[in-house]
Amino acid sequence: MSTLSTNHAPRDSAGPRKIPDQLSSPATKALKSWESLLLLVAVAIFLMNALASPYFLDAWNLSDATYNFTEKAMIAFAMALLIIAGEIDLSVASIIALASTAMGLMMQAGFGTPALVATGLVVGLLCGAFNGLLVTRLGLPSIVVTIGTMSLFRGISYIVLGDGAFRGYPADFAFFGQGYVFWVFTFEFVLFAVLAVIYAVVLHRTNFGRAVYAVGNNATAALFSGIRVGRVKMILFLLTGLMSGIAAVCLTSRLGSTRPSIGTGMELEVVTMVVLGGVNILGGSGSIAGVVIAAFVMGLVTFGLGLLNVPGIVMSIFIGLLLIGVIALPRLWKKLRRA
Amino acid sequence: MKKLAGLMMTAAMATGLMASGAQADNMRIALVVKALGIGFFEAANKGAQEAAKELGDVDIIYTGPTDTTAEGQIEVINSLIAQKVDAIAISANDTDALVPTLQKAMKRGITVISWDSAVAPEGRMAHLNPSSNELIGKMIIKLAADNLPDQTGEVAVLSATTTSTNQNIWIDEMKKAMKADYPNIKLEATVYGDDLADKSYREAQGLMQSYPDLDAIIAPTSVGIVAAAQAVVDAGKVGKVNVTGLGLPSEMAGAIESGASKSFAIWNPIDLGYSATMMAYHIAKGDVKPQPEAEIPIGRMGSVTLDETNSAAMADPFVYDKSNIEQFKTIF
Repeated sequence: MSTLSTNHAPRDSAGPRKIPDQLSSPATKALKSWESLLLLVAVAIFLMNALASPYFLDAWNLSDATYNFTEKAMIAFAMALLIIAGEIDLSVASIIALASTAMGLMMQAGFGTPALVATGLVVGLLCGAFNGLLVTRLGLPSIVVTIGTMSLFRGISYIVLGDGAFRGYPADFAFFGQGYVFWVFTFEFVLFAVLAVIYAVVLHRTNFGRAVYAVGNNATAALFSGIRVGRVKMILFLLTGLMSGIAAVCLTSRLGSTRPSIGTGMELEVVTMVVLGGVNILGGSGSIAGVVIAAFVMGLVTFGLGLLNVPGIVMSIFIGLLLIGVIALPRLWKKLRRA
Repeated sequence: MKKLAGLMMTAAMATGLMASGAQADNMRIALVVKALGIGFFEAANKGAQEAAKELGDVDIIYTGPTDTTAEGQIEVINSLIAQKVDAIAISANDTDALVPTLQKAMKRGITVISWDSAVAPEGRMAHLNPSSNELIGKMIIKLAADNLPDQTGEVAVLSATTTSTNQNIWIDEMKKAMKADYPNIKLEATVYGDDLADKSYREAQGLMQSYPDLDAIIAPTSVGIVAAAQAVVDAGKVGKVNVTGLGLPSEMAGAIESGASKSFAIWNPIDLGYSATMMAYHIAKGDVKPQPEAEIPIGRMGSVTLDETNSAAMADPFVYDKSNIEQFKTIF
């Protein structure tokens, strides 16, 4: 599925020639795509949930349930681009801890909500820049770098906070994690939707998006095609850091406090979401639509099973099976058809 | 994306049409624990079931996240709010982070109490401590001191996580008691095993290597104490390093038999789950108002009185050693 193959004839219309993400007609692609399979799974889970519990179909309950995935999904968008480009960032949850700790320090120094938000975003960007510089300037593998910074960033939080906590955030700060934009739609959910659109446009409709695919498929070829590979990767690390900063603002606001253990283990859930969304873990292909549906699938599964009071251990088994199942089924299907 | 947004909208609108039925007659009390699969909380569930049976009109929902995170407990609480349970009795992973979610629960008419590990006062109506922190702090150092010649020697603490509310308070109380009553005992170090068996084991090993003259490891956590006892056995230091602290009889029976641990303490988690359920029931029923100096009946355990922060202590910790371990190891 090389995205750089160009066996399509140039079109008659003027303007830049379109290079397809995948090599089949749009109609069959839409039908056979990962996204439609996943959408089917999402709808099935939604219906099963609705049948299994009388409490599922309630606007406010569904609204509460979106908190299960909104923060993770925000990071997953940037992570998807990063993974498509052939890199990964495992330090995202630790960036949340560090950004949240920095916000706590600012809050103690008496700064108001705008400064707190700015702090969260700037710290996120700085962490992303640190990861990005180590990967692009020193040429280190991102998985090694970010496993290191995973301990480093959270370690700083532990040094600052120890077993203490920052509490007493200003009242208007609570809006980001607890407020509603209109009716049942929370600020986090609206932000998630807006970001989904932005990321979809960036990845699928801009030169930068094409460059991301190109870098992930063959970085050397991309470099010789005039794409500044290092710069693309640097921007993606910055984006991932920024999104982690945004998630830190939302999560801190939702919890109303900061502890160094905030968001522990979230990086794996983010990567799970991205892979479940059909992004190739080896880089080169994937879509934002897939990640969006995967976010809903994971949120619906955890909320639905939660309503039935299924123990969390069973829930993780279910998510694991879902991940393996959705990845294995298309391959099995191909093998069976060939046999 | 569009389709899904549409689906959510349809669902939301359908709700308006559907009457939300299924109103159970029994009172539903949710016992929310730090994480599932921990012996202590399984035992607490036994006690809750016992209380439910005794009360007759109560259903217990025993639930909790996979990992001991605040985020995981918030997801659980949100699903309980959605189910419109009558009461939530929670052992919190984080004192502060659960407050906004639990306040939402109370706003929607759910009785919220915490037990074992407390929620900040603004996030719950009352809190049930298994014992008083001061008594626990005194107890764990006494257990170590009683097995030291002339109450003199070197001890170290193996705790859970650096953010574990309970453990931190107990260690503080222990230090106070040391200053007052045990001037010849030296606390060499406090290390954290994060309530993970393998990490606790390595930390205990590290303690014995760093402090060759160590006389006792005090682990005020049921995971840490077992791991520490195992580390002492594996290092061949039985009889030299005594492991004590808080543990479960079923998990500690081997350590008592091998001599790695001479004695340890714990309150009875069955009693704790039982009492928390009783407390939640009486508050949810409206029998008592949760306010300072209110006396709340807790069935066969008698009654507790709330202090100025609406907290109450259930009972003193209980010591287990060679004489009674056989009897209790089958219970929890």
